[in-house]
Amino acid sequence: MSCKDGGTDTTSLKVPDKVDFNFHVRPILSDKCFACHGPDANARQADLRLDTEEGAFTPLKDYNNQFPFVKGKPEESIAFLKMTTSDTAEMMPPPEFNVHLNDYEIKVIEKWIRQGAEYKPHWAFIPPEKAALPKVKDKDWVKNEIDYFVLDKLEEVGLAPNEVSDKAYLLKRVAFDLTGLPPTLEMQEAFLADDSEDAYEKMVDQLLSNKHYGEKMAVHWLDLARYADSHGYQDDGYRTMWPWRDWVIHAFNENYSYDRMVTWQLAGDLIPDQNIETQLATGFNRNHKITQEGGVIDEEYRIEYVTDRTNTLGKTFLGLTMECAKCHDHKYDPISQEEYFSTFAFFDKVPEKGIVGTIDASFADPPFIKITNEMKEEILTFINNRDTGYVDVMVMKDSVGIRDTHVLDRGNYDAKAKVVTFGTPEAIMEFDTTRFESNRLGLANWLLSEDNPLTARVFVNRIWMEFFTRGIVKTVGDFGMQGDLPTHPELLDWLAVDFRENGWDIKRLVKQIVTSATYTQSAVVTKKHLKKDPENNYLARMHRSRMKAETIRDMVLASSGLLNPEIGGPSVKPYQPDGMWEVASSGRGTLEKYVQDHGNDLYRRGIYTFIKRTVPPPVMLTFDASSRDQCEEKRHSTNTPLQALVMLNDPTVLEASRVLAERLNAEQISDEERVEKAFRSIICRPVKEPEQKLLMDYLAEQKATFKEDPTKAVEYISVGEYPIIENRDEVAVAALMQVIHTIYNMEESIVKS
Amino acid sequence: MEKEFLESGLNINRRHFLGKAALGFGSAALGSLMIPDLLNGGSGSENELPLGFTHFAPKAKRIIFLFQNGAPSQLESFDYKPLLNEMYDQDLPESVRGNQRVTGMTANQERFPLVGSQFGFKQYGQSGTWVSDIFPNIAKITDDICVIKTIHTEAINHDPALTFFQTGAQVGNRPSMGSWLSYGLGSENKNLPAFCVLLSKGRGNGQGVYSKLWTNGFLDSVHQGVQFSASEDPILYLNNPDGHSQEDRRKMLDNLASLNEMSYKDFGDPEIHTKIQQYEMAFRMQTAVPDVTDISKEPDHIVKMYGSDCMVPGTYASNCLLARKLSEAGVRFVQLYHQGWDQHGSLAQEMPLQAEDVDRASAALITDLKQRGLLDETLVIWGGEFGRTNYCQGKLTKENYGRDHHPRCYSMWMAGGGVKAGISYGETDEFGYNIVKDPVHIHDLHATILHLMGLDHEKLTYKYLGRRFRLTDVHGKVVPGIIA
Repeated sequence: MSCKDGGTDTTSLKVPDKVDFNFHVRPILSDKCFACHGPDANARQADLRLDTEEGAFTPLKDYNNQFPFVKGKPEESIAFLKMTTSDTAEMMPPPEFNVHLNDYEIKVIEKWIRQGAEYKPHWAFIPPEKAALPKVKDKDWVKNEIDYFVLDKLEEVGLAPNEVSDKAYLLKRVAFDLTGLPPTLEMQEAFLADDSEDAYEKMVDQLLSNKHYGEKMAVHWLDLARYADSHGYQDDGYRTMWPWRDWVIHAFNENYSYDRMVTWQLAGDLIPDQNIETQLATGFNRNHKITQEGGVIDEEYRIEYVTDRTNTLGKTFLGLTMECAKCHDHKYDPISQEEYFSTFAFFDKVPEKGIVGTIDASFADPPFIKITNEMKEEILTFINNRDTGYVDVMVMKDSVGIRDTHVLDRGNYDAKAKVVTFGTPEAIMEFDTTRFESNRLGLANWLLSEDNPLTARVFVNRIWMEFFTRGIVKTVGDFGMQGDLPTHPELLDWLAVDFRENGWDIKRLVKQIVTSATYTQSAVVTKKHLKKDPENNYLARMHRSRMKAETIRDMVLASSGLLNPEIGGPSVKPYQPDGMWEVASSGRGTLEKYVQDHGNDLYRRGIYTFIKRTVPPPVMLTFDASSRDQCEEKRHSTNTPLQALVMLNDPTVLEASRVLAERLNAEQISDEERVEKAFRSIICRPVKEPEQKLLMDYLAEQKATFKEDPTKAVEYISVGEYPIIENRDEVAVAALMQVIHTIYNMEESIVKS
Repeated sequence: MEKEFLESGLNINRRHFLGKAALGFGSAALGSLMIPDLLNGGSGSENELPLGFTHFAPKAKRIIFLFQNGAPSQLESFDYKPLLNEMYDQDLPESVRGNQRVTGMTANQERFPLVGSQFGFKQYGQSGTWVSDIFPNIAKITDDICVIKTIHTEAINHDPALTFFQTGAQVGNRPSMGSWLSYGLGSENKNLPAFCVLLSKGRGNGQGVYSKLWTNGFLDSVHQGVQFSASEDPILYLNNPDGHSQEDRRKMLDNLASLNEMSYKDFGDPEIHTKIQQYEMAFRMQTAVPDVTDISKEPDHIVKMYGSDCMVPGTYASNCLLARKLSEAGVRFVQLYHQGWDQHGSLAQEMPLQAEDVDRASAALITDLKQRGLLDETLVIWGGEFGRTNYCQGKLTKENYGRDHHPRCYSMWMAGGGVKAGISYGETDEFGYNIVKDPVHIHDLHATILHLMGLDHEKLTYKYLGRRFRLTDVHGKVVPGIIA
């Protein structure tokens, strides 16, 4: 009926005039039938498979020349009759499966059979093609190709796009989306004053070349790559993968093409012109957790790591739930268990162990590269050279002939079955060994091949999600049968092909998106929107969306002037409530105690906050950050009282309020100007008159309150380690701090509107 | 249709809900913490969710799980095996060990010498339940508890075994038991989280805990266990900053609400009203949580019952008392973790210390709940992630020995909430190595726990990345033999 994963509630839907197999029928069959009548040969019942055309029109076993489906004749289609019977002995799916077809679903299947029961290949496995741009009525609205596709849908459903967004909101949106930081006051002033035609485009170009662009773009990639600063199991020792994280930031900043990013991360150790940087990029596949628990069985964990890489490949690059095929053939998608292990084989040749040693035996288990100061000066110039010595980073390496890869029965490490060679799921695209080398480089080339139907689609969909909160395919990690269908299939395909044809140029893609009329429209929600398209599937408005955990921190630091804009380097430990690591720790290892940093390190961007996987930064988790336990393709975006408590009482926010209040008080300006400036720094737009009035009244009242009790003022402003400004008027600072803290807590402060 | 009704109910249309609730800020705030999918979910039916919706009449309403982290030995607690004392230092027969894999810690050991409990065992109560001498207080409540001697699991190392126990899978970011219950049933108290976590450490060899044990996994993050701390802030950033009273906060929130209302006028986004409600709820939590966590007003007889340690925040005893208070206030799932049970060596010294730290308070919790008439509706669970070997790890002496991890059988106990009182369930062989009667797999235990809470473990599902997940994966059978 309804499903949570971005799914659509079908109960109230109207049966379409023309029923389409891909869009209407397969989602039903997949969800309700494929588990027993689908790709998994071992689980298949009654020799019947409904996921292929051949299966659907083959005479049924034990039935006298009768068929699952008969074109045009639902009354003779045995599968359909079984779906509709009330006889519990005959009913499909069987009552005990707790999965049923609703009336809508039954009507869809019935109509589809009447219309000829046509099967089509799964949309995501057909290579994308560029469709002609649709004809639209409101041509004036269109700014680039994206808009044609969006407007076409809007006109079809009878919605009109919103007005262009107010400039201040637009600047905030695009600045956060491209750099993860608020626009500075200077940028705001310049942009609002710039009436030229290309003012927005100039701003976009400026932001795209901003050095903080790479940090913003890296966050999602780090979630996919499950990047962290600890090994992740049990005692959870320290590891040094941060140079790899710096490489990701660098790659985005330098606008490395996506094909280069894919190739280097998957096979930087195998390419002909490899160097220390391309090797470093392969750290992608070593970010998984590694055990240091004494007494574990070595092979059990080694297999676990290879599994993690295989599953991460599936989710990250292919948008497929590969992991479902480890223990048995995939229940829904055409991925056999043998194909799973053929893909697994690419990652199975690493000279590594399941366990190298117990807690703190190693910050980097073999194979690793040693990055010396010399390398940092010559090639790896992007590495923040704070450590004077060397740093070891785990990387990929193959040892040819090291071991055979077996299918593992039920996925168990010690149940070796048949030996397999390198390969990939055939249904996506053949792994032709005359075209592709039998190693990870071949795998990368296979991914990047023009015939690969998934790679470009999956990536452009991810980038789309970064700007529109969710993908054109909402299930960004599942393009398979159980995944959601694209809301704008032609647009997705157009973008995918265009991206590939233009050298996998990420900044170009990003610019296309943010300069579209679709992106630049206002986020106002009307009653009509809520009635016709509450989920905003058709994009008649821009999404209002809450910032990510890291961005919230960055916003607070940047708007108060506290932000330390340094890029890269070892992760840092900002304020954290006492005892959180200690109470969970066994008492072993260098990460037993949380040793907070001081000075400038307290004000680094959220991306540099130290992630100890077993106790991830609590504030980050409160705002739905990934625990980095495994590849995470999509974060939640919740709205909870615990988040309110953080914004209200976290010393980071209070200190920012205090410091901003001190600075503004030290300026020779009026209180009105102080409030106005604080508001613009935090909310990134001019304050409106009623807002200003409310805040000024509040300020006056707070001044009076603190004046009556100056000790209270001193207590209130004594927050944070940042040095206090000499000769401050404590009452005035406290009162302004209270007002600023209120501004920080406005809904709009952590939302892009 | 029940399951689908549940799914759709849980994913109730947020805007529909808010459309009604936005009229008064107070009323909707409960939703966020209680059934957050309500406020964050995508599409859904127009059905209003019946709170506390169950598949059938529940026997228990709330759970307190006293997790003994590190794996206490069953052979020194509830599974009495005199044969091991008789066969002291003799080798474990191959026929008994079978093909059991052993951990890397004893894999290279030349022999597996049997060793019996250093501590005496006696039978207690009308039930005649065997309890070792180091648990004198638990011994007094045997007629209230159900000892299960035949729990078995799959993992042989702490991390995967703990993760398996808490989430039903050894690896993978699956939701914890408490998260599933929060998702399925919500909270009974709109000002407290549905799933609370309390940590403490003992004096024995410890193994850490990990926040993935109380993770929401792919469920909405509001189902995440909320870790309570023994510090001044029982919940992360609960307290106002210095120089800022609750009256000041009230004033601030009123101003904030006015400002946010102005934004709402500009944008019409229902999410803005949700935000206002979350702030109101946070405000109420600031009073509600300290009210519950304040144990200073507990009467003397209660303090005496739990032991004087209960007044020291962060101790096991204190956490037991706090668990009772949270549970009494309607928290659906209170999860304790007590570290220190990993006796690979020095078992003879460490285990009595561990037992001393937990024995009195564990028993007191049962008695306390019973006296308040709450035991019937509260399910209390006591136990660790696996058992320990019947043979010695390391050097065996008359005075001391250690035990390695053992997945094939171990003991736990449960009480209240629809569990048969005063029974021992299941039997192991005389070596205490294999199960001979009535095995209870962790999946079975999960199925039974959900059953007692009124939930069918096959129907409590969540669809994620194309698959309907369950706490019990594709396994689990309810164990009727322990249900009253």
